Amino acid sequence: MDGTAPSGEGWFGGIDRDDEAAATAAIRDGTADAPDDWPSRAVESGFAADENDYYEILHDATMAATRAAVQEHGRSDVQQLQRVVRAMDDCERVANELAERVAEWAATLFGDAGTGVDYCLGLAERDPDPEQRRVVELARRVRDLDDEATALRRSIERTAPEVAPNLAALAGPVLAARLVSLAGGLETLARKPSGTVQVLGAEEALFAHLRGHAPSPKHGVIYTHEAVRNTHPEDRGSAARALAGKLAIAARADHYTGERRPELDEQLRERVATIRARRDDADEGAEGGADR
Amino acid sequence: MSDGLPDGVERRPFDGRERLATRGSPVYGEPTDGDWRAWDASRSKLGAMLSRGLDTGLTGGEPVLYLGAAAGTTVSHVADFAGPTYAVEFAPRPTRDLLDAAAPRSNLFPLLKDAREPASYAHVVEPVDAIVQDVATRGQAEVALRNRRFLADDGRLLLAVKARSEDVVADPGDVFERVLEDLRSGYEVLATERLTPTHEDHLAVVATPRTE
Ligand SMILES: C[S@@+](CC[C@H](N)C(=O)[O-])C[C@H]1O[C@@H](n2cnc3c(N)ncnc32)[C@H](O)[C@@H]1O
Repeated sequence: MDGTAPSGEGWFGGIDRDDEAAATAAIRDGTADAPDDWPSRAVESGFAADENDYYEILHDATMAATRAAVQEHGRSDVQQLQRVVRAMDDCERVANELAERVAEWAATLFGDAGTGVDYCLGLAERDPDPEQRRVVELARRVRDLDDEATALRRSIERTAPEVAPNLAALAGPVLAARLVSLAGGLETLARKPSGTVQVLGAEEALFAHLRGHAPSPKHGVIYTHEAVRNTHPEDRGSAARALAGKLAIAARADHYTGERRPELDEQLRERVATIRARRDDADEGAEGGADR
Repeated sequence: MSDGLPDGVERRPFDGRERLATRGSPVYGEPTDGDWRAWDASRSKLGAMLSRGLDTGLTGGEPVLYLGAAAGTTVSHVADFAGPTYAVEFAPRPTRDLLDAAAPRSNLFPLLKDAREPASYAHVVEPVDAIVQDVATRGQAEVALRNRRFLADDGRLLLAVKARSEDVVADPGDVFERVLEDLRSGYEVLATERLTPTHEDHLAVVATPRTE
């Protein structure tokens, strides 16, 4: 690689002092069998004016190289998270599809047939007659997929807070992982304006709207968040906007500093409470406090 | 140099209690008094060695190699009183915080490297007067031996050995004996001291390279 010091030379061998990329590569990838009095050698070779100058360059170079290396590891954590989210979604989707098939089939064989994955979990435990064997086996595959989805979810719950502590706290680990995954990475998510975060995952609805045959989508995957779901339908747009705003800030905090900012949780809670209170007041005015 | 402390390290009162302190920007929420910041000996094995009066040979201003820097709690204090300070850590997550500690310290050089592979940083690190090692993983003597090449002939190895990192079940005393025996193939051991109660299960070792 360019700028990498050959063995036996200092990291600065053959590189230009102003070439930050070369310095980063040299620090990260270079090697030497033994240390040497690098500060003196750097001054002798004309790389640095004096030792203080050398240490200044070294500080910048080690900071840049180490920051780059840390970020690279962060990116591979994010990629791992994306894979796990997709695998979990696949397991859940396939489990549901198979469960439908099982329900249809079981209805012809069992008097008490139900539907859904939960029904399959029960059916999987039965000791089947020969003609029921295939459908019970199928139910067992549903159970296996369901187990795997649960294991994948656990893994997301463990890793999302490490990769994106603020986002995971505000959105919950799974939604956080979904947002990162849909954006194609934490860095790209951190760069998105909150309006885009709000509709992430609603791309199809958005295209329909742009083509002129659908209303503008108010929310994408974030509609699964309690702040949106448990808000009066007419206020969900406001709730989604408020939530998306805080999530965008959380993603930036996670990408740029990685530091947890607990005040964001509180701010979100307050914004949502305000939106809901407005509705309650309005309802009271119009309907004299009648139940909805 | 008074009471065996290197220049730049002092005992100063914080909230009425004498504590070690160095001058520099705060890193981990430690109490400060003007430029001085308390060095929490219960969170730092080197801090514990100094506060117990162990002869570390540190004088202040010398080049130091620090192995196992983690988030920079201890190495930030080292950089406050030492000269060029090279901080090696191989776990990316704590290294994020190490970068924050190093940003305002122009003599602290963070390196995301494996201390078992000194060739991967020998092109950056100069010969040093002291190696501080706190890696808390299996093979602690081996790490010290491999890094001996960085240490001046009359330099000091300041090592914190964690017994449980070597062997979870064995008696710590036996584990320490084994580590010391391995260490003696390249170092002369000058002093040892158990760091109980602040660091249960840890032995502090001061050693110097053996010259044949
Ligand atoms: C007990 S912690 C160090 C705490 C730190 N010395 C302080 O007082 O602030 C041990 C650190 O050594 C690191 N470590 C373990 N093996 C290592 C190796 N082979 N190379 C570099 N770092 C290592 C671990 O990742 C961990 O952060």
